[in-house]
Amino acid sequence: MEPRPRSFYILAAFFGLYVLFLYGPTITIGILSFQGPSGGLTFPMNGVSLNWFHELFKQQAVGDIWGSFSRSLRLGLMVMVTTVVVSVMGGLAFRKRFAGSGALFYLAIAGLVIPSILVSLGVGLFFSQAGIPVHWATSGFGAQLTWTLPFGLLVMFAVFNRFNPAYEEAARDQGASPWQTVRHVVLPIILPSLLGVALFGFTLSYDEFARTLLTSGSKNTLPLEIYGMTTNVTTPVIFALGTLTTVFSFVIIGLFLLTAWVLNRRRSRHGSDAGKGMV
Amino acid sequence: MDRILKSNNLTGWLLAAPLLLVLVVFLVIPVIVIVIVSFWQTTEFSIVPAFDLGNYEFLFGSAVTYDVFLNTFKYAFLTWAFTLGIGFTVAYFLAFHIRSQTMQIALALICTVPFWTSNIIRMISWIPFLGRNGLANSALLSMGVVDHPLDWLLFSDFAVILAFVHINTIFMVIPILNTMMRIDKSLIEAARDVGASGAQILWNIIIPLTKPGIMIGTIFVLTLVMGDFITVRFMSGSQSANVGRLISNDIGLLQYPSASATSVVLLLTVLVVVGGLMRVVDIRKEL
Repeated sequence: MEPRPRSFYILAAFFGLYVLFLYGPTITIGILSFQGPSGGLTFPMNGVSLNWFHELFKQQAVGDIWGSFSRSLRLGLMVMVTTVVVSVMGGLAFRKRFAGSGALFYLAIAGLVIPSILVSLGVGLFFSQAGIPVHWATSGFGAQLTWTLPFGLLVMFAVFNRFNPAYEEAARDQGASPWQTVRHVVLPIILPSLLGVALFGFTLSYDEFARTLLTSGSKNTLPLEIYGMTTNVTTPVIFALGTLTTVFSFVIIGLFLLTAWVLNRRRSRHGSDAGKGMV
Repeated sequence: MDRILKSNNLTGWLLAAPLLLVLVVFLVIPVIVIVIVSFWQTTEFSIVPAFDLGNYEFLFGSAVTYDVFLNTFKYAFLTWAFTLGIGFTVAYFLAFHIRSQTMQIALALICTVPFWTSNIIRMISWIPFLGRNGLANSALLSMGVVDHPLDWLLFSDFAVILAFVHINTIFMVIPILNTMMRIDKSLIEAARDVGASGAQILWNIIIPLTKPGIMIGTIFVLTLVMGDFITVRFMSGSQSANVGRLISNDIGLLQYPSASATSVVLLLTVLVVVGGLMRVVDIRKEL
């Protein structure tokens, strides 16, 4: 292997700084959430304690953190499942050109680029004018989908752009019905990418703020709750909450990555060895 | 042929129906409602249907509007420039200097993980860093660079741009990396064989071939920054404004018609920008 050029080390240092920039602040509040009971929002640490985490679990004066967490979790799962199913169907639809597919594609892109506050305002106004009360599981759910579905669809485009149609042709040649082809050939092949879509769907929903602002009704989701806290909480309890939800996000991401890794390993173990001995 | 075409259409629309349904109910109709309400009037207690251009007259008659739009473009441009510079460099490093694919995936994941966590928390995380008694100020003081703490680190335009770059660089990294990974390495070898320098290779081969990725990243970053209201509000400590904040302030005052008029103008601005960029790149092909 040729030796690394000097530019490698310069770029590696740049990359390192970028990663530090990405994670530095998060790590900082992670440390500060263990601030002693008399400590403040910045360094120095006044001792080390779990005080601020205890505060979180106490009966709240600041709001309904656990209720909002449970709503965000349920909403995230709803958005995740819907995003996966609808994106896969959309991705399959777009594999063949159908009348109006171009217009539908631009509509999906519009979902990505239209400012989030417009979606929030528009859905809020629509519901109120139609006399339907806004609720996180109806209007909030729909408002979030306008952002997660186009994202999922783009991932599906990327997947199907790389998909080898020979597998389907082979299945068809052996007499598989279209549904059988999708069920036993296409879906298993794209399964790892679906995990990616699911991860996007869940996390984008779980962290969404703007689109739920005017569409969630009287009960807050977690990001709304946290945002409310930023204006009236001046203790490290907000860091403790930030640390906990970040840890939760990391656990979720870890679970997804682990599943993807296991799937890949199982696949390579069970996969055919055809052609392996040839080269 | 005709029948096949028809059945293509039928299955296509059946499969795309749920997508279409969601987009129509939660995107198309709401945008239409915004356009309609932008002509309505506000009374003390409610909003009333009307066909009144007053909201737009007020909007375009106010000097604040122009300032705020200018500020929005400033944020968008600066964030774009920084995210592009950083994103391109990071993607370049991952695509051309990391040799094993596993390592590439691992490092790309390290860049992506924060994207899957909460933006609001990530903004809050800057407080202990940038605050008056924060880490940045203590470091600068102890190094003797400044003799009193800097006030403009947090709650300033600087903080706004910093947070925008912090949150949005990933939208440049991933599309650029995606297009860079498709560049045929033999092109670069060929250029090197005929004596091209590193800079020439970068300028004449890599940058032109990476343009689609840059365009996709640009679309994401510009639209996210132009439509933002929360980052500006939080990081500027409510001292700066962009169009999103103008809208959210009106919403806070229940001035929905006025908020809608501003929204319509913002929407048109965003669509013009995106439309211009989409002419340069075919997103579907580049994924």
